[in-house]
Amino acid sequence: MILQGKIAFITGSARGIGWATAREFALHGATVILNHRSRDTLLEERCRELEAEFHGTVMGLAADATDVSAVQNCYLEIFRKFKRLDVLVNNAGILQGALLGMITNELIRAVIDTNLVGSMLHLQEASRLMTRKQQGSIINVSSIIGKFGTEGQTVYAASKAAVIGLTMAAAKELASKNIRVNAVAPGFIDTEMTRQLPQEKLQQTISGIRMGRIGTAEEVARAIVFLASDMSSYVTGQVLGIDGGMMV
Amino acid sequence: MVTSPIDKLKQAFVDVLGVNPDTDFESMAYGQTPGWDSVAHMNLIAEIETTFDIMLATADVIGMSTFPKAREIVARNGISLT
Repeated sequence: MILQGKIAFITGSARGIGWATAREFALHGATVILNHRSRDTLLEERCRELEAEFHGTVMGLAADATDVSAVQNCYLEIFRKFKRLDVLVNNAGILQGALLGMITNELIRAVIDTNLVGSMLHLQEASRLMTRKQQGSIINVSSIIGKFGTEGQTVYAASKAAVIGLTMAAAKELASKNIRVNAVAPGFIDTEMTRQLPQEKLQQTISGIRMGRIGTAEEVARAIVFLASDMSSYVTGQVLGIDGGMMV
Repeated sequence: MVTSPIDKLKQAFVDVLGVNPDTDFESMAYGQTPGWDSVAHMNLIAEIETTFDIMLATADVIGMSTFPKAREIVARNGISLT
């Protein structure tokens, strides 16, 4: 129970890596605050699922990462209920691809607003709550694409590279306050999105992974648990690749 | 002993900025009062929030540029300073 007693807010946690992270956090004893962009039945279902399976405290907060006041309200709610925050997993993000000549201004705005501006807003608010207790761990979810790029994902790659930049800057600024800031860079992970790829493209990508298989959301989640826990108490400003040796 | 809310607010400034308790608080201003730089400002915000058990909006964090403004912002967050 390496997260016992910790209050953890995981953005974009109704599906995929965020949901897997929420489950791992609950498994390891954390009080989990779930987030989804809208207050629909999915968020409520996820809260009930987590409570039923792990019997811990669960809170659900609806907020679109691009909505400044909604994001700020999340932290007011967290403050009112818990008075502190120990962990932020900055996971909410979108992936919209297009070849260079077909990138619209709307696509750029949507991806940058969610992946970068949203992450920045959460980082800003979370760090203020953490500063009061002079402790905390922030984990930003970047991507292997943010480190190395890939065709058709220029905007997404830029947004995730920027997440690495903000991780580095914030790690330096917050280290003296005992707040650690790290990023994870997942590689090819089994999610709803990758399941939609054509079989040929899937096999081609897997052939480039040294471990010879696609990763799971749970494997990403467990790395995030490590960075959230006191097991990584002297680790800050790092980008942890979770990619099965894709870029070794 | 610091008991009244206004004294607690002054004490936050004394503790974070290292100013003399007898200083002229009304004339204190961000960037002008020695020691009140951006790093100290964020520490001051944290100290005020902890002292009064409140959480300030980002606009207030940025807008708290003088002691009178701090007093006004704290009052707006439900703390009576009279």
